[in-house]
Amino acid sequence: MAARAYFGRRVGLSASHRLHSDGLTVDENRAAYGKCNNPHGHGHNYVVEVLVGGPVDPETGMVVNLADLDEVLRTRVLERFDHTNLNLDSLFLNHVPTTENLCRAVFELLKDAMPVGELEYVRVEETENNFFEYYGE
Amino acid sequence: MIFLTRRATFSASHFYWNDKWTTEENERVFGRCANRNGHGHNYTLEVTVAGEPDPVTGFVVDLKWLKDVMERDVLAEFDHRHLNLEVPEFAEGKLIPTSENIAIAAWKRLEPAVLGAGGAGLSRVRVYETPEIFAEYRGGK
Repeated sequence: MAARAYFGRRVGLSASHRLHSDGLTVDENRAAYGKCNNPHGHGHNYVVEVLVGGPVDPETGMVVNLADLDEVLRTRVLERFDHTNLNLDSLFLNHVPTTENLCRAVFELLKDAMPVGELEYVRVEETENNFFEYYGE
Repeated sequence: MIFLTRRATFSASHFYWNDKWTTEENERVFGRCANRNGHGHNYTLEVTVAGEPDPVTGFVVDLKWLKDVMERDVLAEFDHRHLNLEVPEFAEGKLIPTSENIAIAAWKRLEPAVLGAGGAGLSRVRVYETPEIFAEYRGGK
């Protein structure tokens, strides 16, 4: 039985967003989101960190091949979100694109797409000083 | 329970190769990592121990002691070495020195000293190959 280990990968993506809820008034949006509610949005250099768990393949010494994982991250996450306005993505038509919701969206996009192993968590860093993690339900 | 983490860095070279495979298979699976002349990384070793703070010292473990254990049991034999050629766990093709296997090897090297000291258990070993690529081992199967 191969030992279980984890493989982590961090990738950057740059995107804009505006925090605004249609369920709140103008004043309530301003109170809830502050500068993040400014009408034209703003952007971040996000870092998405994924951790994949699984047995270490005795033939390769790997939980997952980096090239295979990168391909999934590229097609499922980076091509979708990098250099885009998150508010315009279909996933955020009914959800405010907070980094909490982005983190959960990335997890859901990736959880069934791992080349091998299981997605342990997704962490999204909005800036160097704030980040969010989601481990699934 | 408190989790205490100490980081240390080491620089080493390695390559990925499975002797059971042809050159073409090795190059297909491992890409540039299959270059048998090797390449190197500045690794970061991150060791997390878990336990209750000692009522007298307030320490889970003494950080200086943990630093010395990491230095003696891992860095002294990994730092500025060719992992495939000079580190017993990986030598002579025994084990491919991927970050996963380096994390497991470091865990096995550190566990006796941590358990022997009492008071704390090894919780997690992470090996960062670059700031963007890392592997983690939490013990067990």
